[in-house]
Amino acid sequence: MDNLIINEGFPLLSFLIFLPLAGAVILLFTSSDSFARFWALTITTITAIGSILLVTGFDTTTAKYQFVEKHEWIPQFNINYIIGIDGISILLIMLTTIIMPFCVLASWKYIQKRVAPFMVCLLIMETSMIGVFCALDFVLFYVLWEFMLIPMYMLIAIWGGPRKIYASIKFFLYTLAGSILLLVAIIALYLENDNSFFIPDMMWQSYSFTFQILVFLAFFLAFAIKVPMFPFHTWLPAAHVEAPTAGSVILASVLLKMGTYGFLRFCLPITPEATFAMAPYVLWLSIAGILYGGFTALAQSDMKKLIAYSSVGHMGFVTLGIFVLNPQGVEGAILQMINHGVTTGALFLCVGMIYERTHSRELSVAAGVGKYMPWYVTFLAFFSLSAFGFPGTNSFISEFMILAGTFKFNIFLALAAIPGAVLAAAYMLRMLQKIIWGGTNNPDQSYLVDLSFREIITLTPFLIFVFWIGLGPQPFIDLMHTSVANLLDQLHNSQLQEVAQLVVR
Amino acid sequence: MAILPELMLLTGAAAFFVISLYKQLDFNQVKNAVVCFGVVTFIAALISLKSQATMFYGSYEVDLYSQVFKLMISFGVAIVLIFGKNLKDIEEADRPEYYIFLFLSALGLMMVVSSVELISIFVSLELSSFALYLLVPMRSDRNGLRIQMEAGIKYILFGVLATGFMLFGMSYIFGLTGTTYLQEIMVGLQTAPQPAALFAIIMVLAGFFFKLAVFPMHFWVPDIYQGASNETTGFIATVPKLAAVALLIRITSMSSGNIQFLVYLLMFLAVCSMFYGNLSALVQTDLKRMLGFSGIAHAGFILLGLLTMDASGYAIAIYYISGYVVMNLACFLVLCNVSQNGENLEIKDLQGLHKRQPILAFILAVSLFALAGIPPFVGFMGKFMLLTGALKAGPESLIYLTVVILAAINTGIAIYYYLSVVRTAYTTDPEDRPDVTVDGFTQTVGIGLVLLIIIMGALPAKFVALADTAVRTIM
Repeated sequence: MDNLIINEGFPLLSFLIFLPLAGAVILLFTSSDSFARFWALTITTITAIGSILLVTGFDTTTAKYQFVEKHEWIPQFNINYIIGIDGISILLIMLTTIIMPFCVLASWKYIQKRVAPFMVCLLIMETSMIGVFCALDFVLFYVLWEFMLIPMYMLIAIWGGPRKIYASIKFFLYTLAGSILLLVAIIALYLENDNSFFIPDMMWQSYSFTFQILVFLAFFLAFAIKVPMFPFHTWLPAAHVEAPTAGSVILASVLLKMGTYGFLRFCLPITPEATFAMAPYVLWLSIAGILYGGFTALAQSDMKKLIAYSSVGHMGFVTLGIFVLNPQGVEGAILQMINHGVTTGALFLCVGMIYERTHSRELSVAAGVGKYMPWYVTFLAFFSLSAFGFPGTNSFISEFMILAGTFKFNIFLALAAIPGAVLAAAYMLRMLQKIIWGGTNNPDQSYLVDLSFREIITLTPFLIFVFWIGLGPQPFIDLMHTSVANLLDQLHNSQLQEVAQLVVR
Repeated sequence: MAILPELMLLTGAAAFFVISLYKQLDFNQVKNAVVCFGVVTFIAALISLKSQATMFYGSYEVDLYSQVFKLMISFGVAIVLIFGKNLKDIEEADRPEYYIFLFLSALGLMMVVSSVELISIFVSLELSSFALYLLVPMRSDRNGLRIQMEAGIKYILFGVLATGFMLFGMSYIFGLTGTTYLQEIMVGLQTAPQPAALFAIIMVLAGFFFKLAVFPMHFWVPDIYQGASNETTGFIATVPKLAAVALLIRITSMSSGNIQFLVYLLMFLAVCSMFYGNLSALVQTDLKRMLGFSGIAHAGFILLGLLTMDASGYAIAIYYISGYVVMNLACFLVLCNVSQNGENLEIKDLQGLHKRQPILAFILAVSLFALAGIPPFVGFMGKFMLLTGALKAGPESLIYLTVVILAAINTGIAIYYYLSVVRTAYTTDPEDRPDVTVDGFTQTVGIGLVLLIIIMGALPAKFVALADTAVRTIM
């Protein structure tokens, strides 16, 4: 327990977790559409503002868990309500809280039926997402991790597109199937650790190698499906395409990050030996994901599908960065998580705005809107540039760091990843060209109106972050640096210890 | 005073016997009387929760263990009476008789959890079973197909067969130990010749497996669930299982000597029940049949608690069954009220329920997600604790690990059919299906059940602690 900084004052984290839940409960009793919209916007905005206090109060010089709150929950099984954040989770929490008000704004006109239940789902999502990133007790983590499936399922199944039933069930079954063995692994770890579900207690223990491999595989299945990594990605395009805009944004910006967060938080510290043993396979799977996502995105005519497959590629970069196991790679990976959240979230918002006007996601229907929607294409252009890592935008920094880390690790691996970056430029520019100029057979777009004030407000903050992280990433890296360095130090120490033991034997 | 709840039920049965003699009855008054009666019985059980007594020459033990179960039984009965008060599918003239047998059955179940002697266990179990056998064919004949008669006959035949197994086992126990008192049997069995003692225990268990619907004593479930009226099924699916678990725990904790075989047997039955129940439920179109098969799967989970052979495992089994009863009651509350005239519901009859009756749709969604074992509902916490307990019981054993993994995989299979019901209720349009009207009281009770599902799941510590104390009074 010496790695916790207990928060004696106002329980800020609990406030952030439970405020949206309380808001959702109140919304259950209303059926007024406009009240539901304003209420959800208020609640998410308060949460976003409250979360800024986390950054201002965050101590970047320590790798300990901060803002920790601890209460007894189920004493029979030694399960506690422990939450806290460190450099790995703080950025993801900020991403979640800041993106949520814009999800509400994006749904302002898009959702016309059953508005109050929709906002209830969004608020419950926010509660469980923030909770997942803060949880320091494995049962608490698992409860929130699974619970999130219900509102997300509802978001897709009720407010989704034409094939919503197929997509929502596939999403639910796929993710649930992945986390089943995670539960068994958690119980096994609990028994190995003298009946403790406290996550930091499970880290850096000397489990046997077989045990580590089994636990790693159980973790890997759950997290790889969530990321999604290459062979497990098939639920993602379906879910993205059918989900309403806000659902797509949440899915892309936050939900996918839970998988990579899981790798960093659990796989590396709990099963270090297995991580070293399995890293090559994971790395090549990441490369496969990058290339596969790129090529498939190149062939899409559906804008949402295109961005969904580009997500597979971008998340491939994240796993690549994590498993090269050096500071550049891991820091780049965390930054890439944030950047992907910002950029892809914004791209989905853009597609949603077109969809609201043309009621189609087809690239050919949206061709040549540049003439009639200049504001819109300006935003779209910047986000697209960011998506393929154009220098000066946010993704450039993170992809550069990841590739630098990869070069250090293995030059062939890095060379294999390079085409991914080129492919990204190819498919994003293709989409951009079509949407702005199109060709000779553009449909009549003269009925289109440019972005409204609300829509500009929704997109502007994303653009700010694109350039902020792109031009001055140091504050973001500072937030995570100590924790990442500590994580990797311990990881390599544990490896050295293993080697030392082998030598002694 | 110690047997106040039992006396209440007996009075109720007698009172309805008198009522049934009148020719001209205002059914509304009967309805209100019966609901009051259910609530009063529950209050009586609550009052006598802490009472202790030993009666009838030591064959009837009133202790915390039995009182906790009586509380849950009376809770289940009260809820069934409330949501099934319209008895849509029972002829009006038969309704007072229906209540006589319902009360007698509940009385039998309450007596069985207090019985600590083989003969009284047998008598009270039969009291409850025979009353139930009569409830099933009381459904009005809908299409002239007499499926309720078929169900009734099947139920009684299978039931008698299971009773036969149990009696056979009891005779062995008496032969081996020379006594019918559980306390003395427990001592006697420790020195009894081994295969015979184990055989006797397993035979007795078989009788209760029938009640709980554990593989291979499950085959009555789908047809009887389908053939009985919705209210009757709501009762059969919930309350008798409580008593079955109570007795299973009593009997299992008696076993001694070579219990490893019993543990492996329980494991085998648990895994078979789960797979059989879940795989069969996948293809059902009738809602009650589906819930029946899911009940078989859940019975398998209960066995995971029993096979730990220690008090904490039993406590979790109690926690799980009480959660299961609450979830199932919520499901049947919706089912009974969506059904317009008491007909069976197909899953597709739930189409557009979110528009036809939003509150019922919400109750149904929560209870099904809970049954599927999604946190933070009670179904998840129960499963999680059962899995933890089972793995703890055999920490280094590959067999235990395999069983736990198989059980976990089953949660994944189960989610599909629960989810498809939720999907029908929430994502489709009603088309031309009529609106559903429910009275405010039933709605309130339904919301209460939902809250209970959430509270039991999110804050389980108190409930598990109570179950734990209760179990320790009999060990």
